[in-house]
Formats: sequence, structure tokens, C-alpha cells
Amino acid sequence: MAIQILMPALSPTMTDGKLSKWLKAEGDTVASGDLLAEIETDKATMEVEAVDEGILGKIIVPEGTEGVLVNAPIAIILEEGESAADIDDVAAAPAPAPQPATEAAPAQATAAPATAPVASEADYDGPMVNITVREALRDAMAEEMRADENVFLIGEEVAQYQGAYKISQGLLDEFGDKRVIDTPITEIGFTGLSVGAAFSGLKPIVEFMTFNFSMQAIDHIINSAAKTLYMSGGQMGCPIVFRGANGAASRVGAQHSQCYASWYAHCPGLKVVAPWSAVDAKGLLKASIRDPNPVIFLENEILYGASFDVPDDPDFTVPIGKAKIERAGADVTIVAFSIMVGKALEAAELLAAEGIEAEVINLRTLRPLDTETIVNSVKKTNRLVSVEEGWPVAGMGAEMAAIMMEQAFDYLDAPVVRVCGEDIPMPYAANLEALSLPKPDGIAAAAKSVCYR
Amino acid sequence: MTKVCEFEIHYTRFLDSEGHIASPLPLFADDSNALKALYRWMVLTRSFDARAVALQRTGRLGTFASSLGQEAVSVGAAAAMNDDDVLVPSFREQGALIVRGVPYKQQFLYWGGDERGSVYENNCQDFPNSIPVGSHAPHAAGAAMAMKLRGEKRAVLCLFGDGATSKGDVYEAMNIAGIWKLPVVFVINNNQWAISISRDKQTAAETLAQKAIAVGIGGEQVDGNDVIAVRHVVGKALERARSGKGPHLVEALTYRLTDHTTADDASRYRDENTVAAHWKEDPVARLRTYLNENAGWGKNDEEHLLETAAAEIEEAAQAYLNEPPQPPQSMFDFLFATVPPELSRQRDEVIRRVAEGGDNG
Repeated sequence: MAIQILMPALSPTMTDGKLSKWLKAEGDTVASGDLLAEIETDKATMEVEAVDEGILGKIIVPEGTEGVLVNAPIAIILEEGESAADIDDVAAAPAPAPQPATEAAPAQATAAPATAPVASEADYDGPMVNITVREALRDAMAEEMRADENVFLIGEEVAQYQGAYKISQGLLDEFGDKRVIDTPITEIGFTGLSVGAAFSGLKPIVEFMTFNFSMQAIDHIINSAAKTLYMSGGQMGCPIVFRGANGAASRVGAQHSQCYASWYAHCPGLKVVAPWSAVDAKGLLKASIRDPNPVIFLENEILYGASFDVPDDPDFTVPIGKAKIERAGADVTIVAFSIMVGKALEAAELLAAEGIEAEVINLRTLRPLDTETIVNSVKKTNRLVSVEEGWPVAGMGAEMAAIMMEQAFDYLDAPVVRVCGEDIPMPYAANLEALSLPKPDGIAAAAKSVCYR
Repeated sequence: MTKVCEFEIHYTRFLDSEGHIASPLPLFADDSNALKALYRWMVLTRSFDARAVALQRTGRLGTFASSLGQEAVSVGAAAAMNDDDVLVPSFREQGALIVRGVPYKQQFLYWGGDERGSVYENNCQDFPNSIPVGSHAPHAAGAAMAMKLRGEKRAVLCLFGDGATSKGDVYEAMNIAGIWKLPVVFVINNNQWAISISRDKQTAAETLAQKAIAVGIGGEQVDGNDVIAVRHVVGKALERARSGKGPHLVEALTYRLTDHTTADDASRYRDENTVAAHWKEDPVARLRTYLNENAGWGKNDEEHLLETAAAEIEEAAQAYLNEPPQPPQSMFDFLFATVPPELSRQRDEVIRRVAEGGDNG
């Protein structure tokens, strides 16, 4: 029987890619292991090998097609004795079950961006543009680099390769290699160097391929960037942004999958920002680059491809230190940041179906925290659920609970509940990984419990 | 087997231990006033160290790291700088700070725990002391990158000790500076001791200068007790850096004649006789002998210098002691460019607490 060739997933987080080139033509004989096509993702170009033997009967997706979804049929291979007439049967057959590689990605992780509501800023009435978080980050950097020649981007793979996650696409072409700078694998080196450049009046944007690698350089972030203005009696400031993917990605294992929010939020002298939407990403990154203090900018790999409507205005920024009520509600307050905002909004939908109106607060900034917005919300709802992907011990949820004790104790009708990642290193096994992260139903259950329902 | 490449480490010294000419002096040494200036800075450094240790021993200064015996490295290297170069020092380089014009009072304030001590009016682009070992080496590379991006003909001088060369920070800084040809000169003030760990226990490398070879930059040794040699070698390296020829590593060999800091007692881990032997290499005495024999430096000159140095330092020490402490709320003022609301609330709280006498600050 004729066999469909499906668009393969070349990485755990890949949702679609470009079929850049066919290496076989219709009618060619194909042996197992033959190279069939070249596929391009946001990260890499890779070759696809044939698994089965036969004749390339039909090319369904022509070369040059972009946005080919993972698992979409791209070609048909005919077995010996079959003819092109057999092809229609195959095409009409129901789509096969997903390949193991895509099962590995937690379903809700990729679904979240698609179902996430569009964010918009209440005080903006200009034109909007629909862009991904990835594009928002790139646009924010490009706009600030155009506006201020002291701003530059530095990190591993940021220039020639345009970013390990393709955040810096086009920046090398526009700004040249003096301002978009590839480094050797030297986190201490390029972080410390950038801190020194910031001490000298430049405004570096340091990209960590992921925040896991910031651990190599954390001494420079905390002991040097965060403390030198203080220790020099106000003489030597450090206008710098440390940005990159933070938190659980997908199928990258314990050492490449963890949330640094509470690590950095703990430290005086730093500002810590965690965007969720493309609005957050663009507005907060622009504000972070303009800020005269060191800013930790925690992105999320899974959100990079999510699209949102964003104000189309280079003057639009989102203030650091202000939370945003993404959804108003009177029954329970859910605070979240980064990817968990989307989960919390999904949970709010589940709760609404049961007659519970949740107020979802996107924290946006973790230091300094907008306690006023949180406390005011709890004064209304009398209940708080804190959601984070990271570990519970000494996490952001612990801080939320403490704030409630200190500033809203008399307003609480139920104990604060924390929804966190499991207190373990991230499992690599797909089923265990999915189990260890907060999900909308768990958040909804926590919200119901504080509503005594 | 084929020899692929070969490297050499050169060593420079002009004056021997007795202060006699060991090899022809560099051109700048023709100017006896330049040498007298170096001598004066070394004497001032020694006086400052002595006064600072005395202040610490009487409870009026925090922990302090004396540079006794190492004055030639600190002074010679800084003297090779142009005014608009940038100094990135470690915590034992008061000689360099003195050369750079940082007032003694500022330095006393710094070691007394007053952050105003780092407010450099004369050289506002110089970096404050790095207390963490070696983490300022990448910062120095960063300052050099800023110069390079701006197209300036300036250079950075970064000083650290032998212990710092075992740190990844120093390697990574030199490596990245080498790739990008940054205008930075790293000077190892090799005093043979990292607290109680002697140089031979720090690394199996025969020299510290050879660490330059691994990262593809120039490296050499200099007699760190010969201030003329330090001034000359570092000066050449800075000049090369300013003209776009990239970074350089200088290992200055000297000896720590005193404790690591005032919190240390070196007699517990090293032989006093060895220390006594190293006094024969004393950089101050060495240049004094040279000046006596070649530049008409006489007894009166010496006495006058010691008197004026002691008086200058004493005046600064008194000014430091008479400086009113910063108000308690000052501890919140410089954490961020502008004080955020939550910190402002804590600041107000401290003011209130002190006003009510609940905390004398």
C-alpha cells in the first residue's frame, strides 16, 4: 500500500517548518536511508531521510512552502507494483496518529498560545499589528538600537546564526558585527565583559541561550551588575539587560529546564521582568533597555511562536513594576507570570463554566512587585491562588503568601494556595515532564478549593 | 614527530637587587625627575599602608590589605598609564590609586566602609577596587570593548594577583580580549601568596605569563621589584594596546612582605627567614640606592620626603576620622538609579526608627 510521508518534527518544540528543497523527484526510486528533502525550522536546516523503500509517487507539498505543519503529509511513496492510481486512496485515508516525537511535547504547552486571548493595553488606541513573541522581542531590540547607538546585542549564536531561537533575525544585517556580537562559549567572559562595558556607559543586551547558562555567570550578575552602583556610592551604574529563555522548555531535561524567577527576584539591585504576551515582550523589553539599572528579562521558549496583537508604535512601552489584570473577576484572584498567565486564563475559562469568576493578574514584573494591584484584587475577591512553573520552596508563591499575611490578612477568606511545578528536577521522560508542570485543570481545582467548592 | 610551534617567555629587569644597573635603562629613565616621582609614589604608598594598618589595629578601619613590598608593581604599572586610560584594580593596589590621584582620604573612607570612598573626582572612569578575586578581569575587557567600539585610542590596565590566574574569569577575559584584540593590559601582581597558598601550589605552570600563550596574546615577565622595569614593560604594552595591537599579559614577580590582610597572620604558614630574605629585594630601597648613586638623591631629600609623606597621610587620616558618618538612610540611596517605592518605604522606616531612638544607626 502507498505510504504517506509526514512532515517530521525536528525538535520537540517545532510546530511547523519550511520545506525548502526536494532532493528526489517524482518517479525516483527511494531506498531506506536516502535523503528525501531539506526542511528548515526556526533553528536549523535538516535533511529528511526515507524510512521505507519504493518510488516517490507524488510530492504533495512543493519545495519552498513555508509553514508546513508537523505531521502534515508531504509526499507519497509507492511500493513495488503500485501505480499513481493508488495515490488517491492514501490521500483520502484518515490522518495517522502523531509520531512519537510530537507526542513528546506536552499538548497544552503548544496549545496555550493558540487559545490565549489577545492582550491589549487599555490606554492605547493606535494601530495594532499581529506578531509573534519572537518578532516582538526582535522589534523591541531593533527599535532601541536604532534610537540609541550605545545599545548592542551580545551572546552565543546571536549574530551569524540569528539566535539559537532566532530572536535576533535580521539584526546583524541592519546593525553590523560591532553591535550584534557573537561570542565564544564563555558565559563568564561575555557576561563580565558586558558588565564592564555597561560600567563604561554602553547599554548591552546580553542574550543567554537559555537562562540555565546564566548560572555560570551569576557572580557577575549579582555581585557586579546589581551591586556596583550601591558599592561605588552612586558612581558607577550598570544599564544592562540579561535576556533569554527561562523555565521549562520541552524535552530538554533537568539541567536545561528550570525557572530562575525566584533566584533573581531575591536579589536587591536587580529588576526582574517576565513577559507573557507579545505586548509584554515588546513593551517590557523596550522599557528594560531604557532602564538605567540591570534588568533580568525572563522569556519562555514555548511562547516564542505565539502571536498577539501589539501596538504598532515605537514609542509604546510597558512600565516595569506594574502588573496587568488580564481578566477581571470577583470570586478569586489568580496571579501568574510568563507562560502560566495563559494557563491561568484557561483555568479561568473552566471556572467560568462552573459559575466562578476568576481575576487573572499577569505580574509582568517580579521585582519590584506590583503588590498594590495584587492586594487591591484580593480585597475584592478575598482569595488568592499563585501559579508558577518553578519550584515551591522559597518561590514567588511563597512571596505572594507572605504579602497576603502582611498586607491583606484581614481580607482573606481562605488560605493562599500555591500551584507550582513539582519539587523535583525536570524529568526528561515526556509523560513525567507533563505531569510535573501546572496545568489549567490543576489551577482551576486550586481556585475552587479556596472558594470552598 | 614535528615541532608545530614554540614559545618563549621573556623577563625584563634593569636594576639588580642592590639598585645597580643590570642592563641599559629605558629612555624615560634619563629623566631623573620621572624616577623621583616613582620613588615618591612608592614611599607614599608605604606610608599609607602603615597608617591604614595602624588605624585598623586601633579599631578605626575595616579589614585592610597592605601592599608592603609590592609598591613597584602598583606604582610602576599605573605610572605607565595615560590620564584617559582606565584602571581596573584589585584590592591591593593603593599605589596605583595614589598615582591616579585618588585622595588618601577617599581611600581611608573606602576601607572604613564608607561608599563615598569610591566617588572618584579626579578619575571618574577608573573602576572601584574589586574585592572578589579576578571577577574584574572580564569587566576590564568590557571597558576595553567600549573604547574599541567608540574608536578611542585609550587602553585599560587591569591588575590582579597570582591567585586570580587560577580563576576561569581571568582565562575567559584574556581569551575574549585576544579574539577581539581589545585594548587591555592584564598585569599579574605575583606576590607568591594567595593568603596561605604559595605560588607552587597555585598552578603547575612554570610561569604565570605563559597563560597568555594559551589564548594567543603576548605574555612576559618583569621584575616586579624594579619599578623602572614595570613602568617600561607595562608602558610598552599599553602603547601597543592603544594602537590597536591587542591585549597583553605581564607577570610582575614580587613578594608579599606582610600578612595577606589585617585579618591574617602569615607567621602561621610561612617561614620568617624566607620573608626576611625577601627584604633584600625591597623595591623602595632598590630605587633609593639608584637615585643616591645616579641622581644626587641625598639624605636631606630623603628626610624631607618621609616627613612630607607622613604629614600628608596623617592629614588625610585625620580628615577621614573627622568625617561625619553617612546618615542611616543612605544605605538605600544608591541601589537603583531612582529609589523604587518599596525601598522608599523601608528608607522612611529607618529614618523613623532612628528618629525615635529605637536604633542608633
